[in-house]
Amino acid sequence: MSSVFEKRSNGIVEARPKITVSDLTMAYGDSVVMQNLNFTVNERDIFIIMGGSGSGKSTLLRHLVGLQEPAQGTISYRGTSAGFWEMPPPERERLLRRFGVLYQGGALWSSMTLAENVALPLQEYAAAVGAEEISGLSSLKLALVGLAGFEDYYPSEISGGMTKRAGLARAMALDPDILFFDEPSAGLDPISSRRLDDLILDLRDSLRTTIVVVTHELASIFAIGNNSVFLDAQSKTMIASGNPKRLLAESKDPRVLAFLTRGEETSRG
Amino acid sequence: MEQVDLEYARRPDGTLRVALGGDWRLAHGIPAPRGIIEEIEKSPLPKKVIFETGILGGWDSGLLTFLMAVLSRCTQLGVEADRHGLPEGIRRLLALATAVPATPGRRSSKPEPVLARVGDAAIAWWIGCGDTLAFIGEACLSLPRLFTGKARFRRSDFLLVVQDCGARSLPIVALINLLVGLILGFVGAIELRRFGAQIYVADLVGIGMLREIAPIMTGIIVTGRTGASFAAELGTMEASQEIDALRTLGIPPIDFLVLPRLLALCLMMPLLCLYADLLGIVGGLVVAGSMLDISPVQYLLETKSAVHLNDLFLGLFMSAVFGVLVAITGCMRGIRSGRSASAVGEATTSAVVTGIVSIVVATAIITAISYVLGI
Repeated sequence: MSSVFEKRSNGIVEARPKITVSDLTMAYGDSVVMQNLNFTVNERDIFIIMGGSGSGKSTLLRHLVGLQEPAQGTISYRGTSAGFWEMPPPERERLLRRFGVLYQGGALWSSMTLAENVALPLQEYAAAVGAEEISGLSSLKLALVGLAGFEDYYPSEISGGMTKRAGLARAMALDPDILFFDEPSAGLDPISSRRLDDLILDLRDSLRTTIVVVTHELASIFAIGNNSVFLDAQSKTMIASGNPKRLLAESKDPRVLAFLTRGEETSRG
Repeated sequence: MEQVDLEYARRPDGTLRVALGGDWRLAHGIPAPRGIIEEIEKSPLPKKVIFETGILGGWDSGLLTFLMAVLSRCTQLGVEADRHGLPEGIRRLLALATAVPATPGRRSSKPEPVLARVGDAAIAWWIGCGDTLAFIGEACLSLPRLFTGKARFRRSDFLLVVQDCGARSLPIVALINLLVGLILGFVGAIELRRFGAQIYVADLVGIGMLREIAPIMTGIIVTGRTGASFAAELGTMEASQEIDALRTLGIPPIDFLVLPRLLALCLMMPLLCLYADLLGIVGGLVVAGSMLDISPVQYLLETKSAVHLNDLFLGLFMSAVFGVLVAITGCMRGIRSGRSASAVGEATTSAVVTGIVSIVVATAIITAISYVLGI
């Protein structure tokens, strides 16, 4: 297995970039949501997109997974010939197969059982895999998220937390290079939320996946994130980036500190 | 391309050594675990299964499913499997996959016997009938509240529904009824010309459209357009707990959601039907003018002498009844819908099917009664 770090000629070791966002402007029609976004997600990062409600975190995620075209700027991925919207459509399709996305509400297809939900991406894209193997793989993915034995259940028959985990099993179906999570702990109890955090760490360490998480759960941010970007709704741009723990210790920006300390820092000040 | 390498052999001490090498990725094909499982099952059972992965290249979920199958067979047979030889990432994922025991409540995939299915369907039908009656009952109970001004709904909602099921339906109602009038006139013209009784095309189209066809066609259009939209809208509201939110505020959903729709359709359907009558007669007039050389004045005079007010009122009455039926079926299917996307789809289909069937049944009943009463 090749190293995820690149050794430069001067001997300094640096992480390999997986996603590079340059001068990104996001807009709905004429209304600009965020502008001048520049950041890099490195291989095997757990990268947190944070910010207050309405700051455009989910919109940024939609841009990163290719659901929305940037108003300006480029998003490029390691191993591709050009930015997402500049590359030829077949290459874009190949790239999309390397993504796994867990949507906020799980977004399971309600007319299919959990096993069928996980099997669909495999049936579509893993042509070499037989029906028996697909069934084994869907059971494995469900077992990985703690849903062994729930293969024949429909999404309407399971709880919200289980729906989210089943959504994660589906996101992992094709062994993605990059996993995107939109508010993974929203609506979960603290223990389930903690378990999901552990699972995210395990997936990164075991499958060497790069993970991008949209969240404003402080516990999760500090527990799993090693890199981040902070979006601010008022200035419509990113106001901080880097390791969340380091941001808490070193950032001088009152907006970042207020967020990372749940307002205690500013109220003290 | 790197090949998958799998070797297994028993050692003299009774240990089964499994060596995994090469690239174990799904894209390259993963060997079936059957061979190695058969080796494990051979008597005498191995004392232990050990893994060697020194020359293992890349791997993904394919290797994990292979190992899961081998390890679960080992557990079933009581054979110890030593996972220490496996890479740490695989060990961690295997631990994760086996951390939560499988839920035993897995449902059997065996199909139920025919008798049980017939029984289930009959019970579901019986419960459905009860549900329908309860819904109609609730709607009837809310009518007095409407007349005493105690029903709680917003006038703007009512006007929006009126606009949607009235004015916005005009183009499709016009098109369909004009064409139906043309078709009716055309079929009549071919037959009646043979007897030299062309002028009676006006009677055929006038009576046919006013008494039966215009109300039925308008009813079917409104079922497909408005009934389906009621079911989908209320079904989605049920799915997103909007109806629960009304209930917890003490606002009866029947008052707030069903009454404005019921009233609007009941008022708009006769108007649409009147419009449909007119367009149907125009359709017949076009055929009479173009195929039979009957002048518009002749045609209209003949229509006037053939059609009575009773015919018009019967059609309008029928259309009002259809309005009630379409509103009730659409709203009932929506409010009683499940909470998933497929349930909303089923509710919409069911609203349209029930709506059309009830329109046809109601037509048959009303026609029979009007015949007996001599209307």
